[in-house]
Amino acid sequence: MKIKDTLENYTFVLPAVAIFSVFYIIPFIWVFQLGLYEWDGISFTKVFVGLQNFKEIFFQDRNWWQAMWNASYITLIALTFQNILAFMLALACDREIRMKNFYRVIFFIPPVLSEVVVGMAWRFIINDIDGANIINRMLIGMGLGNLAHNWLSDPNTALTTVALVHCWKGFGWGFLIFLAGLQTIPRELYEAARVDGASAWQSFKKITIPLMIPVMVLVAILTVLGTMQVFVLIVSLVGGEFAGHTSVPVLRILASMRGSSRFGYACAQGITFGMVLIAISFIQYRFSKKGH
Amino acid sequence: MKNAVYYKSKKIAINTLIHIFLISVSITCLYPLLWMIASSLKTQDMIFKDISLIPHQFRLENYVLAWKEGGFGRNFLNSIIYTVSVVFGIVIISSMAAYAFSRLKFVGSKFLFIMFMAAMMIPIPGSFVALYVLLNKLHLRNTPIGYILCMINVGLSTSIFLLKTFFDKMPKELEDAARIDGCSKIGIWWHVALPLAKPVLAVVIVFNALAVWNEYILALIIFDNRQFMPLQVALQSFQGEFVTNYPLLMAGLTITALPIIIVYLLMQKYIVKGVTQGAVVG
Amino acid sequence: MLLRNAFLGIFVLFSVLGCSSQKLETKPTINIWHWMTDRDATFQELAKKYETLTGVKVNFELYAPSDAYSQKIRAAAQGINLPDVFGILGEKRDFASFIKAGHILDITPYMEADNGNWKNKFFPKALAVNEFNAGNSYGVKPGIFAVPIDIMTIQMVYNKKLFSQLGLNPNRPPKTLQEFLDIGTKIKAAGMQGLVSGWGEVWMIDCLANDYAFNIMGKDKVLATIRGDVPYTDADWIKVFSIFKQMQESGVLAKGLVTMINKSAEQLFANEKAVFAFNGSWCVNVYKGMNPNLEYGAMLPPEASSQYPISIWGGAGSSFMVNARSKNKEEAVKFLIWLTDQDQQAYLAQATNNLPANKNSLAKIPEILAQFARGMDYATHPNVWGVSEFSLVIEALDRGIQSIIIGEKSPEQVAQEVQTIKEREMAKKRAQ
Repeated sequence: MKIKDTLENYTFVLPAVAIFSVFYIIPFIWVFQLGLYEWDGISFTKVFVGLQNFKEIFFQDRNWWQAMWNASYITLIALTFQNILAFMLALACDREIRMKNFYRVIFFIPPVLSEVVVGMAWRFIINDIDGANIINRMLIGMGLGNLAHNWLSDPNTALTTVALVHCWKGFGWGFLIFLAGLQTIPRELYEAARVDGASAWQSFKKITIPLMIPVMVLVAILTVLGTMQVFVLIVSLVGGEFAGHTSVPVLRILASMRGSSRFGYACAQGITFGMVLIAISFIQYRFSKKGH
Repeated sequence: MKNAVYYKSKKIAINTLIHIFLISVSITCLYPLLWMIASSLKTQDMIFKDISLIPHQFRLENYVLAWKEGGFGRNFLNSIIYTVSVVFGIVIISSMAAYAFSRLKFVGSKFLFIMFMAAMMIPIPGSFVALYVLLNKLHLRNTPIGYILCMINVGLSTSIFLLKTFFDKMPKELEDAARIDGCSKIGIWWHVALPLAKPVLAVVIVFNALAVWNEYILALIIFDNRQFMPLQVALQSFQGEFVTNYPLLMAGLTITALPIIIVYLLMQKYIVKGVTQGAVVG
Repeated sequence: MLLRNAFLGIFVLFSVLGCSSQKLETKPTINIWHWMTDRDATFQELAKKYETLTGVKVNFELYAPSDAYSQKIRAAAQGINLPDVFGILGEKRDFASFIKAGHILDITPYMEADNGNWKNKFFPKALAVNEFNAGNSYGVKPGIFAVPIDIMTIQMVYNKKLFSQLGLNPNRPPKTLQEFLDIGTKIKAAGMQGLVSGWGEVWMIDCLANDYAFNIMGKDKVLATIRGDVPYTDADWIKVFSIFKQMQESGVLAKGLVTMINKSAEQLFANEKAVFAFNGSWCVNVYKGMNPNLEYGAMLPPEASSQYPISIWGGAGSSFMVNARSKNKEEAVKFLIWLTDQDQQAYLAQATNNLPANKNSLAKIPEILAQFARGMDYATHPNVWGVSEFSLVIEALDRGIQSIIIGEKSPEQVAQEVQTIKEREMAKKRAQ
């Protein structure tokens, strides 16, 4: 009986594990061991270089770490600005207000648009020479003319501007997941709290937040994973790495693969990137467990 | 008396503020969409000269042109087939696996789950080449089923993660009741867990539908046959090496955005319906 | 139960769809994969024409954009699944790797046949890009390995109307760097935008930097630098870097130049928002589509020095290679011979506003294209030099120039940084 039971359990995960093993594990092992080679992606011969590629990444590749730093910066903005915005919007739509359905649909339009369109449209909105310069015009109209700026072509503001556009595109997901989470909190709990005389703020603090923590961790992890890998948006907004100011890891990996034809090195970069992401996610997960 | 008026006006004030907040965010969301649609109705030379949202002429024929030149008919159908199959496959496979990781005990459960999580985090550069060679060896390259299996794999980890998080939160009482009633494990999964998980399933569906619908590079690499290509690949033909036919591209992009918006419209009501469905045993 | 059956049903359906069908052909079909979106229609017409002439079917498949095309080719090469004819987008080094891996047919015998009949139809510079000379540094045996189907040059263009507005003679573009910089001052004063180009995509910076390097120190010294005999900290190289600083300070470069992709630059120039553009001859077709009434002329980059001639990048635009493992090699070569013949080249050039690779097809091209064609005399290309610079060095050079333009680094700093990376790469190579 026990054997039958265990076998039954395994059949639940069998399809997933089967597909995963074939379509992820095998390519992963291939790429992983390629990090130990110097290969151009074309020849049928490769040169084994051991940990040379990794040494180069850690000790010589300043461009790589600049890219990691930039990606972390964008991710930080996403974790704070984007997710707080998404949460506030979800809270607002959780209540019984009019036009709820309308907002729910509108907020999900940015994620649906392709990154290329988002880049092109925002470039048009922000830029003054090849665009409509709407942001600056609004600032001038509000009397804040001295804040008007070349948001995308000034190296100091380019990265932040890109980060904000990314937040615009991404908040729809956080909004959706937060809303789903908020909706699963039984209304009875709020009713009970009101009857007990709790204020809106208190029930928010004592009921909403604690029950939403697992969802918040989920969104945080997904945000980190999604944002660290951004790159299409950067190319359509600022044309590329902008002398390093808008470099990101994926662009560096692509540069190694295509620009320098160093496939092995690109794989090593990918592995390093993956390790960093795992480390960050692990810390986030642990942090949330402790806080509980 | 005064208190009632006070509370009522406070409520109105708060609601107004909330609405202003929501509307301003909505405007920023709508503008790029309107820009895309407006551009699709202009001509190539007007598209960057004329910055207004309302084009001078409404070249609706751009949509017909985009449809014909992009060969949208066949490719549209392909995209629908791929999206439906992949989403269907992922929903079944990942919900079963997530349920098992959350509720069933077996050796290696934690290890396997961690592997799936790790997969979510490690992007494989050049995975296209690896998949190409792999599919070639399996004689599945240039076949729809090869593509579908690859795409199922792409969404698997995140979907399992989303569903497991939800299943963990699920109250055990309903399952216990069903088990006592003599329900098999599959039965519990189908009759208890899945219905309760409707909101998360809706998210999983939207998430994966979007991913498959917008995918083009894997399709372009592993398919050699035009008739298997999904919509996004056909769309790329408007973005040339040197000349980009912007109005047609925008028309094409608008056409491709519509089905996903429809899927979302259908799914989003499940996300909020969850309140009455998630009955908690008091 | 029902669910499981449905799932099974769909699975079966797709297994059936999964079986690819095999057709038996009497006459061979030649499969050609290309990335040229704007020429697809013309290619299809030519293919039909060829089929009526010879009965051989030619199947042109378009895979765009070019990045994706490149990846597809590399994946297919790994799977040993290349079509009969294809193109390689990339540097000579990649081209060499493909040849050494046995993917590309050596077409030298076909070119040399009949006293070089086919070979002599082309502009020598068009062929040079596809040729490997004896003693080349890539280790490829000498020969011709691809066929050019058009040529292009990368030069500057200027807007004649804006020139008149600035009080300049629209038929006399600047010849020297100083004239160019002076125009920059006028542009700044008038509040207009100067030069636009896709310098967010670094290779275009590389192109202009190279043009000036040849102009200031001559080809030999540039090649010597690549070989490692001359450092980048040499005074002549610092002069090259300084040119970009001078251009930025004079106002002759447009705002936000470093964040532009070439397509934005093209759209700005076509909409008469920029006085100059640095672009390739393909731009004629692009500008025509965006603004058919644009009045503009082509010019060489203004000379910084009169010691050596200014040079530009030019040569074959797009080239096709034949798959060495193809079962239809002979037919493929025959088709390419037909495609590059006088009439077909003239047709292609007219239909898509590009320069033909065939010497005899230049008869009826618009004046602006003729101006580009005249630039061919000054043209060179990295793929014909026989040596390649390390890609990390090129990247540092291009990013360095971007930094100079946005005012973050000085020419001397950039020279030092580039030289440091060069020395590191050379040390690595020696160690191998």
